[in-house]
Amino acid sequence: MRTISFDAVIVGGGGAGMRAALQLAQSGYKTAVISKVFPTRSHTVSAQGGITCAIASADPDDDWRWHMYDTVKGSDYIGDQDAIEYMCSVGPEAIFELEHMGLPFSRTEEGRIYQRPFGGQSKSFGEGGQAARTCAAADRTGHALLHTLYQNNIKNETVFFNEWFAVDLVKNQDGAVVGVIAICIETGETVYVKSKATVFATGGAGRIYASTTNAHINTGDGMGMALRAGVPAQDMEMWQFHPTGIYGAGTLVTEGCRGEGGYLINKDGERFMERYAPNAKDLAGRDVVARSMVMEILEGRGCGPNGDHVKLKLDHLGEEVLESRLPGICELSRTFAHVDPVKEPIPVVPTCHYMMGGIPTNIHGQALNVDADGNDAVIPGLYACGEAACVSVHGANRLGGNSLLDLVVFGRASGLFIEKSLREGIELRNASQTDIDAANTRLQALNDREKGESVAPLRHELQEIMQNHFGVFRTGDFMREGIAKLASLRERVDSVVLADTSSAFNTSRIECLELQNLFETAEATAIVAEARDESRGAHARDDFTERDDENWLCHSLYHSGGKRVSKRGVNFTPNTVETFQPKARSY
Amino acid sequence: MLNVSLYRYNPETDNAPYMQDFTVDTGDRDLMVLDVLELIKAEYDGSVTYRRSCREGVCGSDGLNMNGKNGLACITPLSESVKGGKLVIRPLPGLPVIRDLVVDMSLFYAQYEKVQPYLQNPTPAPAIERLQSPEERAQLDGLYECILCACCSTSCPSFWWNPDRFVGPAGLLQAYRFLADSRDTATEERLAKLDDPFSVFRCHGIQNCVNVCPKGLNPTKAIGHIRGMLLNRAT
Repeated sequence: MRTISFDAVIVGGGGAGMRAALQLAQSGYKTAVISKVFPTRSHTVSAQGGITCAIASADPDDDWRWHMYDTVKGSDYIGDQDAIEYMCSVGPEAIFELEHMGLPFSRTEEGRIYQRPFGGQSKSFGEGGQAARTCAAADRTGHALLHTLYQNNIKNETVFFNEWFAVDLVKNQDGAVVGVIAICIETGETVYVKSKATVFATGGAGRIYASTTNAHINTGDGMGMALRAGVPAQDMEMWQFHPTGIYGAGTLVTEGCRGEGGYLINKDGERFMERYAPNAKDLAGRDVVARSMVMEILEGRGCGPNGDHVKLKLDHLGEEVLESRLPGICELSRTFAHVDPVKEPIPVVPTCHYMMGGIPTNIHGQALNVDADGNDAVIPGLYACGEAACVSVHGANRLGGNSLLDLVVFGRASGLFIEKSLREGIELRNASQTDIDAANTRLQALNDREKGESVAPLRHELQEIMQNHFGVFRTGDFMREGIAKLASLRERVDSVVLADTSSAFNTSRIECLELQNLFETAEATAIVAEARDESRGAHARDDFTERDDENWLCHSLYHSGGKRVSKRGVNFTPNTVETFQPKARSY
Repeated sequence: MLNVSLYRYNPETDNAPYMQDFTVDTGDRDLMVLDVLELIKAEYDGSVTYRRSCREGVCGSDGLNMNGKNGLACITPLSESVKGGKLVIRPLPGLPVIRDLVVDMSLFYAQYEKVQPYLQNPTPAPAIERLQSPEERAQLDGLYECILCACCSTSCPSFWWNPDRFVGPAGLLQAYRFLADSRDTATEERLAKLDDPFSVFRCHGIQNCVNVCPKGLNPTKAIGHIRGMLLNRAT
């Protein structure tokens, strides 16, 4: 097997990966991005409504501390306050950098960046009413951001390995991460990509659910690789169900629709969020809105012949507003719901959207484990940022517009930190042939296997289990049933067989490897969801309906060895502001 | 049941490409073409090869030629593409085929990179954003939305003929996106790079690009603007 060496290798060509890559490319260190798709095909491209940040355009008095307050509250108090402080305070600088790079933000009459209201936003620490803090490029902010980052990586001559797939981590005898095994999809060649710093910017894993806003490619590859390498996963029970996925298709309709004045109605045409969140109404936290929608459906006020969805009303905003501020939504709605939002409401249903959990990291992107005494221990050589990481700025529920900020801020922070570390010198022992072979075991086994089940039905079965047993509302008994089903599925997934053994552009091989990553992610989710016997943020249990701060004001950690769950403390000590103390969360 | 004819080619086993027919049970649903491909791959032949990612028309992975017309498989419903009960799916024309429906897009990307598709402005940036009026920003509408799917360039006879020298509709749309940006100061350098008989002037206004763009963009119009700028520059 050929070895290619870099100072830093970034796995994933989405927003986080390309922001990290840009930082490192500018530093002059030998950097490569491995992306299983051409970078602009990454899922960041689908982000619509915007990037939340206190740049004080819509409101000259806006303050990043208010954004911090909202984010801590939105997280249901298990977001790390030092990380949230860092994100919200550094955010404006990161946004202005993007604008200077050329990102075509929408504009105000003053020529500044246009900001729209999004859910969970407030002024004056929740006392000053709704804020408008989400910077937008119409409703194509993710597209504009991803293309801008790709363009600037071209400018800085970043090395891209496009349509290469990372299979597994290579660890040396000290347990340090020293690169990855990767396949060139076009030729099928497998190489060892050696690196002093390996950054996972592999995105989410929404495809563990049958119904998701996520792209086909969101298969938790980083999570799978990390868990197989003994890296823990944090807060994996926390999955965001976006209130407005198009009914039937699952495609996303931005929260910006409600920010611009749209609202949800039930079959009686009632604006039901007024009952659940009298103040914020349709702009309450996403977890709150999603649960309210499901309650409406369960109580028989859903729309359609099966009463299984609600509707998003936009027509009162007028054609001009819709076509100028929400053109992409009009397009998606016409294509996937066969509904023209200018004339009639869009059928929507809560749909799996975002993985709040991920690889635990500090604010420099360094991946963390915990030692025997429960203290954080940096995993040498491994970094993570973006949705794959859990730094944790989203805690139990992410606010809309915070994911793009997360990936830009922490992609950048990882790049900055790695650059500094490389300058100071990173000494890691070389991997031995045995180490490399160990990392190649899974791929080798797949290539050698002659009998087993094919990938598509196994994936379907996995997605159905997760959809049915680990959805918006969860109960212990039902989750335990789901865990048992997963346990029996594991062996079958482990022995998935290739439908196609050729080398050239073998997507069948990639799908098998992805399925195993999905499975690792799903299993972690299931086991931790059952363990957290409380309701917090996106994790809502019918059998434990209250938040339990005494036992669960903490992160969960899932350890794949022994399928063990442990707890990790939340950071309550920001550097420049007072701690935001947990209180009852209402909107 | 739907008759689907797929372009197949595996460089390891096939001397030449061939068409393979499938009779697919769609349950009479008006699926998207991508759904049909997913169905074929899952239930009929796991070796069928194509690209896909977002499945909602924004990532640009699944540009294909469906019954003779380029488009994105994920937002093209059967009701708009099937003719006479049949759907013929081929790779985007004019680019080398790697396998089945997957084409080598290197030339297409090279033309994109050639136009230096990034903002250039050497003046020190302010501490906040560079200001831009809504009117100035509106000049970028219809340009920045390109998803690099290559449906346009691979439907363009001039690009088929000179893919190495004619920038093509996608690349030129992006060239104009930066020429039109009030924040960009490299207009002269950009125009100088494009001022030759091939880069821009091979466009003959056939407008295939406009007809196939899945995002409803108009590269021909953008090319017209560049042409005008080049002619003004010459006088």
